[in-house]
Amino acid sequence: MEFLKVDDVYHTYFTKKSAVTALSNITLDVAEGEFVSFLGPSGCGKTTLLSIIAGLITPTSGTAQLEGKKVGTIDNEIGYMLQQDYLFPWKTIEENILLGLKISHNLKKDKIDYARNLLEQIGLKNVDSLFPKQLSGGMRQRVALVRTLATEPKLLMLDEPFSALDYQTKLNLEDLVSNTLKAFNKTAILVTHDIGEAIAMSDRVFLFSPSPGHIHKTFHIPKELRELTPFQARNHESYSTIFQTIWKELESIEPEEQY
Amino acid sequence: MNPKNNTELLHKEYLRSLNREKIWVRFYQILIFIFVFAGWEIASKLRWIDPLIFSSPSKVWALFIDKIQDGSLLFDLSFTLSETILGFILGTILGTLLAALLWWSPMLSKILDPYLVVLNSMPKVALGPILIVALGPSFTSIVAMGTIISVIITTIVVYTSFRELDPNYIKVLQTFGGTRYQIFKEAILPSSFPVIISTLKVNVGLSWVGVIVGEFLVASKGLGYMIIYGFQVFNFTLVMLSLLVIAVLATIMYQLVELLEKKLIKNN
Repeated sequence: MEFLKVDDVYHTYFTKKSAVTALSNITLDVAEGEFVSFLGPSGCGKTTLLSIIAGLITPTSGTAQLEGKKVGTIDNEIGYMLQQDYLFPWKTIEENILLGLKISHNLKKDKIDYARNLLEQIGLKNVDSLFPKQLSGGMRQRVALVRTLATEPKLLMLDEPFSALDYQTKLNLEDLVSNTLKAFNKTAILVTHDIGEAIAMSDRVFLFSPSPGHIHKTFHIPKELRELTPFQARNHESYSTIFQTIWKELESIEPEEQY
Repeated sequence: MNPKNNTELLHKEYLRSLNREKIWVRFYQILIFIFVFAGWEIASKLRWIDPLIFSSPSKVWALFIDKIQDGSLLFDLSFTLSETILGFILGTILGTLLAALLWWSPMLSKILDPYLVVLNSMPKVALGPILIVALGPSFTSIVAMGTIISVIITTIVVYTSFRELDPNYIKVLQTFGGTRYQIFKEAILPSSFPVIISTLKVNVGLSWVGVIVGEFLVASKGLGYMIIYGFQVFNFTLVMLSLLVIAVLATIMYQLVELLEKKLIKNN
């Protein structure tokens, strides 16, 4: 049985004036421990699909199942990381990373130690009692990763988590996140519009095209790239080959832009 | 010169200039105070203004000492102060509770919307006579005046702040399986503390208005009664004394709210 199974999902948003179909005919599955990316131009329903898999919204039709159970029915099954860190500014770093445990009434000694350890492993020492605004953007996003991992989710969703960071921080964090997830054998879905990021981090890339959002094509990342860290992968020779392939495919679905 | 020493020197110079500015600000503040009171005293002594109407600082001071000694000022003062503090706290708490209720039920907020608009634009002190008839000419009805004058505006301002929170914070809690109550407690309420504090500041002033008008109407004791009584017997020294006492008390309450703000909002 597949770990995550999305079956024939359609989703329509209703407003007073119109009904917009955001997703149509989405069927995919993800194996345990796999890292997949949703790639595509903005407005092709990537984030909507992520919200459906996270159980935050119910699709108009179709199902999403995690280990054979409907999503949103079991606690702690998913972790969700957003574009910005969304650390609560009035809570200390420690309170922030323990938030998930607090919400799920899981503030037990071993869980707290696990979260604290994670914070140290990720290179943040002695920041427990600081407030988020005392940290840099990259550090805050790392705290957000710890907050997400602290509840030990089975499936991790990364919704453009690096897009608000500067390039160097982004490259460093890509490696960090990739290594951390591999070390814990986590399954992850990354939403991005950065082709390079998708190739460097994932095992498989789903290319989405807009109106209505659907899966245009699936790319399997070659084995030699999957074994490398994202930074090394970017320098590998097969990286540019697959980059070109995806680039051409993306151009074919995006309308010609006028410069 | 060693560049490090130079920086230190410049820093000291900078601190000195900051300090100098502070001293000048204080100086002018005190100067204005002295100027106003001395001017008042002199104008009254030399009969540039009618001392019967405008009194004078020395007369107000003499009356102050008098009324402290016979205990009547403290009696009126404590009466009014307890009404104001109660009205101000009740107004803020009820307003926040109402805002929470509106946030909890979007349906209710839609239904109540026009009523809030009407109640907000109505001059609340005009309800005074009705309150006094309904609750009796007593402490209770004056506290009620101090409360209703601030409760609706608090509701509206705090509710707006509740709704302005970036929905992504709510999303973070929802992905952890947060309930609506947890979302309120962890995100909505703490994010609105700064707004609640600033309504507290506004409510200090509003509650004084409600309570003083209430005392005008009930007219049995308190600082508001002192004003209306002084007016009726044409004793404006009494009116001035009451006004000055109110000014001092209102300022102290405002400072206390600022102290609370520093305690409550740690991440500033």
